This record gives sequence, C-alpha cells and structure tokens, in this order.
Amino acid sequence: MEGSPLYYQGHDGLFAPIIPPISMSNVPALEIHELRKIYATGVEALKGVSLSVQPGDFFALLGPNGAGKSTLIGIVSSLVNASSGSVKVFGVDIDTNREAAMRLLGLVPQEVNFNFFEKPFDILCNYAGFYGIPRAEAKLRAEEELRRAQLWDKAHTMARTLSGGMKRRLMIARAMMTRPRLLILDEPTAGVDIEIRRGMWRILKEVNAAGTTVILTTHYLEEAESLCRNLAIIDGGRIIENGPMKTLLAKLDVEGFLLDIDGGLPAELPHIEGVTLRAEDSHTLDLEMPRAMDLNGVFAGLDAAGVRVRSMRTKTNRLEELFVRLTGGKEAAA
Amino acid sequence: MSGEQRHPNLVALLTIVRREVMRILRIWGQTLVPPAITMTLYFLIFGSLIGRRIGDMGGYDYMDFIVPGLVMMSIIQNSYGNISSSFFGAKFGRHIEEMLVSPMPNWVILGGYVTGAVLRGLLVGAIVLCIAMLFTHVRIPHPLVTIATVLLGATIFSLAGFVNAVYAKKFDDVAIVPTFILTPLTYLGGVFYSVKMLPDWAQTMTHANPVFYMVNAFRYGLLGTSDIPVGIAFGLMIGFVLVLGTLGLWLLKRGVGLRS
Repeated sequence: MEGSPLYYQGHDGLFAPIIPPISMSNVPALEIHELRKIYATGVEALKGVSLSVQPGDFFALLGPNGAGKSTLIGIVSSLVNASSGSVKVFGVDIDTNREAAMRLLGLVPQEVNFNFFEKPFDILCNYAGFYGIPRAEAKLRAEEELRRAQLWDKAHTMARTLSGGMKRRLMIARAMMTRPRLLILDEPTAGVDIEIRRGMWRILKEVNAAGTTVILTTHYLEEAESLCRNLAIIDGGRIIENGPMKTLLAKLDVEGFLLDIDGGLPAELPHIEGVTLRAEDSHTLDLEMPRAMDLNGVFAGLDAAGVRVRSMRTKTNRLEELFVRLTGGKEAAA
Repeated sequence: MSGEQRHPNLVALLTIVRREVMRILRIWGQTLVPPAITMTLYFLIFGSLIGRRIGDMGGYDYMDFIVPGLVMMSIIQNSYGNISSSFFGAKFGRHIEEMLVSPMPNWVILGGYVTGAVLRGLLVGAIVLCIAMLFTHVRIPHPLVTIATVLLGATIFSLAGFVNAVYAKKFDDVAIVPTFILTPLTYLGGVFYSVKMLPDWAQTMTHANPVFYMVNAFRYGLLGTSDIPVGIAFGLMIGFVLVLGTLGLWLLKRGVGLRS
C-alpha cells in the first residue's frame, strides 16, 4: 500500500486518500474559461465568465443578488451543470477528472446543508468518509477541527440545537476535514454577529496562512476589504472588474467623511471649491472631496465659516463605494 | 504499516451504509416496531382466526401459506420506504449536497443507499419471520432460493424507491407510490391466495405484477411450492435489478432532481 498514489499516512500511521500532487506551483488554483449557464427556465445566469485565481490567494467574489455568484460556485463544486465552458481546479478539469478535482476542493455553502438530526462529530466523520478517509483518521481530524471552530463542547449534541453562528462554523470545520487546497465560502458570515464573524475571520486567515487558497463571497464588503488580496465583481452574469484589491480601490477618485460638529451647523453651509457639503442633521456634516485634495484646505474653509469639527469618520466603506459605482447603484450585496 | 487500508470508494460506501443503519436504529420506533405489530395482527387475524375457517390453500395450512407472502411484503415495503424517505429527506434537507460535492462515484452513492435499504428489509423480514414462528412451524427446504429471493426482492424495491425519491419534489410524492401502486401490487401479488383461485383473465393480469414472482419464489424457498416456475421468477427479478439499477445510475449521472 505504501507508495500507492491513492493513500498517504495520516495520524497515528493510518492511511487516507491522497490529494493529487501538484507538479507546477504556478498552476492557478481555479481557472474558469468562458463559462456559460442557461437554466431550463431560459434564464442566462452566466454569460461567458473567465476567471483565474492564483494559489495561496484570498480572493473575493462580489456581485449583487442574482449576479451569478452562486451559479458560478455551484458549477465549480459540481452542484450545477454548466451549459458550456471549462473549470479547472489546480489544473484538474472538473468534467474530465471530477473525482480528482473534487478532492482538491472544499465548499462552505450559503445555506446550512448538514443533517440536523446528526451530531457535529458524526457529521464531520461521515463527510470525511465520503472522501474515502478512514473512520479512525476522521475521528482525529473531527476533534481537531471542532476544537479549532470552538465547537468541541457541542460535538455530541444534536446539530439542530446549534445557534446560527455555530452552524456556520460547523460547515467550515466540515469543509476543512478533507484538507482542501481550495476552499470556497459562499457568504459564510451572513447573519452572524460581529464577535462570531471576527472569530470566523481568524479561522479563515489561519487556513489561508497555512497555504489553502480561499475564495469568498460576502454581504459585508468591509469583510472582503480586510481579508482579501484580490477580487472580482460579477454583475449580470459577467465579470465587470477583476484585479488586486489595492489597484481597484485606487480607482476611486472621491472620498466621503462624516464630520461631527461642535455647537451645531450654521444656517448656510460654507462653499469650499471642489468639496460637496450636506447637512446630515444639525450636528453632522456629510463631506465628499477628491482624493487628491488635502484635508487642511477643507478644515481651513470650515474654520473660516465658524464650523468647529469635533471628530470625523469615514462615511462609507471604500469597497462598497466602488461596488455601487460599478454595479450601477444596485443593492450593495455580495 | 498499521491502520486501515481500504480503497476510498469502499470507505465511502461503508460510510453511507453505516449512516443508514444508524438512522434505522435511531428511529427504531418508526422503522422496526410498526411492521412487527402489523404482521402480528395479520398472523393473528388472517392466519389464526380466519385462517382456520379457510382450511388448506395450495395444499398447505392457510397460516403456512401466508407466511412467505407476509414476510416478503414486509421486506418489499420496508426496503422501498427506507430508501425513498432517507434519500428524499437528504434532498429536502440539502445534505445530499455533502455527497454530490464529494469525489464519490455515482455507483457508490446508489450502492450505499441500496445496501442500507436492503439491510432494513432483511432486519424487518427476520423480525416478521421470528413472529411467524410463534404461530406456526417454519421450515426452509430451499435456503439458497430463500436468501436469493430476499436479496433480489429487497434490491428491486430499494432501487424503485430510489427512483421515486429522485423524482419526488415533496413528501406527498414519496407517499403516493406506496399507497397507490406498491400496496395494490403487493395485495394482488398472491400474498393471501393462490393465483390458481382466480379466473383466467385475472391470472393473466397477475403475471404482469413483479411482486407475484417474488412472493412465489419466496414461497418455494419456504414451502417448496410455487404458482410459477422459479427459474422464470429469478430471470425476471434479475432483469428488474439490471433495468432499475441502470436507471438509477443514469438519473445520478444526469443529476435529475439533484443538480440544476
């Protein structure tokens, strides 16, 4: 058995299926070419999407509701049949070598999709079993992943009793059971509070730092901005923007701030060349200005008009602003 | 080298079977107890009370005559019910996706669910046979025919239940087939009577009923008598397994009801 391409030695000398070796380090983690999907209803969800995600990347896939993100993820994970085009995971074509491609891939879906009448420990062990990982090895991994997801104390309770955040963490733990090279998460933090969300960010950063390529769709654009290095924006079944986060954000030429005003605003707002001012309420000023302009000039103008600024904060998430512009002001949702 | 050295597909198959068996045992009040109660009532009322007045059937005491049919009926209904409810439940709860995104080949998914359903059929069949022993002396003159019939019958109806679950869109769709097709086929398949009692046209129609062949092959195994040649029954049963098995694999390959 040793030396067989099917197995590797796991915990305690136990043998589990091996993930196919990747010969070239520069092979994209995900390569999508001219992907199209027309549903039976006639809806064309994808209109020739091409995309490449490099190994080790933390990649954001954003787009309004109905843009085609879930269809794209569905095709990559083989839950949706493509009408045409090709998908390769680390160079392995999902149509011609589905089994090998799926061994490289981990999926955290948008909707909870484990059996509510099973226990988290069994859910993880069974999932590993579907990938051919022996039970003894699966049990060791299940404990490891449940502890990392801070769910070990819930390992033997019914899954239906878990909270929303716990269910989402359980799905991440489940996906990690097979040690995927590419992890795709479809809105993993939707509907969970900020504390749990930050805990999930920690897990995802750890996973990515360990070498796993991560692709993320999210409703929270600040999440994408803080986690991801590259992004693509999909709208109407087409990729409308794709590149490094920094490059795309640099395209923004306007910045917005909210200023808290001491003592209230004057009846007539001052005019400052190149700056748009609008009263949000009697003590808050909405300010938009070109990125190239320095703030000293703005403050000098406000000071001259007797407006005393107590504090200021960024008005909008920068990525959200870019997103709204590119998608023509559609719902700011990933 | 220490540890397990099973092929990944075998590990995956055993994982599904294990999960199915755990489900059967977890909800034993729904899976094992009802057929035991129902069949006890059948034996008590039709076999013991009414059966005494009926007298012989096909040369056997009526109680002895209905035992093979009732055991086979339990196996058929439970194999079918297990896979249709379990697979549809996985579709409905979306945890079928755990398997669809895995590297498991389709034959492993189908094989795992069918094995689980056959095991429930065998378990319930064994329980019903044990209950029958309380009412009559059960002999098995042809054990190989008995075992082969049980395995083929359970496999056929497991595969049929799988096809039903693939097409089902709501729980009603899973209940309709057993109520309007499976139960009539079973009752009219010679469980309670010999087909020779029927008029010619009804005998001809009965020969189109797959349950008729299973019941008679099983009756041959337990009693040594059958309304039809056992070879024909086996030929047809194997044919059903091949046709339904191919259909099941084709449905999985196409992703009918599973992949959009």
